[in-house]
Amino acid sequence: MTHDQAAPVSFPLLLLLLGLGTVVLFVVALHMGSAHINIYQSMLHYLSGKTTLETMVAIEIRLPRVLLATAVGATLAMAGASLQGLLRNPLASPGLVGISNCAALGAVIALYFGLGSQSWYAVPIAGMLGAALSVVLIFMISGSNSSIMTLLLAGVAVNAVASSMISLALNFAPNPYAMSEMVHWLLGSLANRSLADFQFSIPFMFTGWLLILNSGRFLNALSLGEDTAQSLGFNLAQQRTALVLGLACAVGAAVSVSGSIGFVGLLVPHLLRPLVAYEPSRLLPVSALGGAMLVLAADIAVQLISPDQELKLGVITALIGGPFFFYLIIKTRNSMT
Amino acid sequence: MILQAKNIALQLGSASILNQINLTLNDGELLGLIGPNGAGKTSLLRILAHLQKPSRGELQLNNKPVSHLDRKQLAQTIGYLAQGAPAHWPLHVRRLVELGRLPYLAPWSKLCDNDHRIVEQAMTMAEVSHLANRIVSTLSGGERMRVLIARLFATQPTIILADEPTAALDPYHQLHTMELLREHCDRGGSGVVVMHDLNIAARFCHRLLLLHHGEMVSEGSALHVLQPERLQQVYGISAQVLNNDSGLSVIAHSRAVNEQR
Repeated sequence: MTHDQAAPVSFPLLLLLLGLGTVVLFVVALHMGSAHINIYQSMLHYLSGKTTLETMVAIEIRLPRVLLATAVGATLAMAGASLQGLLRNPLASPGLVGISNCAALGAVIALYFGLGSQSWYAVPIAGMLGAALSVVLIFMISGSNSSIMTLLLAGVAVNAVASSMISLALNFAPNPYAMSEMVHWLLGSLANRSLADFQFSIPFMFTGWLLILNSGRFLNALSLGEDTAQSLGFNLAQQRTALVLGLACAVGAAVSVSGSIGFVGLLVPHLLRPLVAYEPSRLLPVSALGGAMLVLAADIAVQLISPDQELKLGVITALIGGPFFFYLIIKTRNSMT
Repeated sequence: MILQAKNIALQLGSASILNQINLTLNDGELLGLIGPNGAGKTSLLRILAHLQKPSRGELQLNNKPVSHLDRKQLAQTIGYLAQGAPAHWPLHVRRLVELGRLPYLAPWSKLCDNDHRIVEQAMTMAEVSHLANRIVSTLSGGERMRVLIARLFATQPTIILADEPTAALDPYHQLHTMELLREHCDRGGSGVVVMHDLNIAARFCHRLLLLHHGEMVSEGSALHVLQPERLQQVYGISAQVLNNDSGLSVIAHSRAVNEQR
């Protein structure tokens, strides 16, 4: 039986390789942009307190974009990995349970009332509130002691309501400007984000990461079923609540600064799962790095393909993600028969 | 370690699933839980495993209410083997067996040498050491059940609660599985096992408990419980019960016409 041997790469080596990949892409992404500037020199200038045009570009424009790409990618992919573990289903993703769409709805409502142009933090805060609301709704519908399947169904219902409300907001957009603002935001992008956006969202994302990583062991136990996980000493309701709160925190913060960037949470965990021998807890950090790499790479691609920044990041990930989803369905279909 | 269920009742919605169940599980004892489909066997086992709260009654461990015990401590004492031996991801056998050590791990810590030794030991006991590097989804039903039993042994529980561990296994692996459970009891542990095969139940269990429509119909030795009239009443079968040197055997001939069922 040679076909079922251990994973091709050891876990620490895999983490190291993905970590290196992330660093390389991070540095490459810093060099993207229409202005040719010396990133390292401008960083040094910034640290020594000198303000030149170059440091402005590097610190105010390039750095936040790259930092956000890394954090948002890590968040979405890790959220996807944890949801796939929780639902024991490789097709689950943060979009599926309505968290992303509720965050998007919050942001769209803020844009609808023109709050986005009044203060930079209005849209992210509305997004976070939307994500929080989704969690409250999910638990109100599914009850506190129901099965994970009920939780999933409640999430799908919340998702449906949120997307219909988004359509409603677009339908009754007060003016063409608000409409285009909403649509552009929904497409998902990291262009023109400030360091303040990053500073605002990173504490929430970080809290979410900790909560998600902390549930890794629970996800491992869940691979033996809910009853067995409970018999191994896990409080199902408590663990589930902690994980969903972590997801809302992290995904809410990510979506509220980046807009909708789809498929990262579906694609990355699925690609990396065989490399960690299908172990849910190990998949979490590995997916985080993989997600950071994917979004960094996609954001680099966006700037290479259309330097005038017409192409949105969310469009690129959807363009890659759609066909991948087909491939996934065909592959699972074949393995079922 | 004495597990006691006192006056257990379970009501789900308007349906009464279990009623007035009293049972005591002593050290070294393997108790067979038998009864027709829908009699409430799995519900009772889940209540004993503290996975389901009874509507009435109390579960006690050494005369202390189980609800007062720490969750981790309980997980170290009572091991549960779910029906159908589920494994949702194609995990490595060794990693799966290691999951049995979860109740002993402090947060964010790793398995220590002692844990690894216990895992090896559990795999040896369940005779799955040669499968350690296999992937669980590529195993046969019998191998998979033994791997999950190794997981159970790795937890080192005093009390094992197993839900139909012999279902879907061929006779050889049925015997093997039951031997493993019986050996656990011979080492001083105890167990409750839900069974459909009355012959195997009679052979391996010290005591049988017959459930019907959520009520305890009969309890005691196989000879006492498995009487032809009772089998006709509860299972609706006419059966011959033979008692000879090789033990008790039940031969079901035909379905019985019976208004009471």
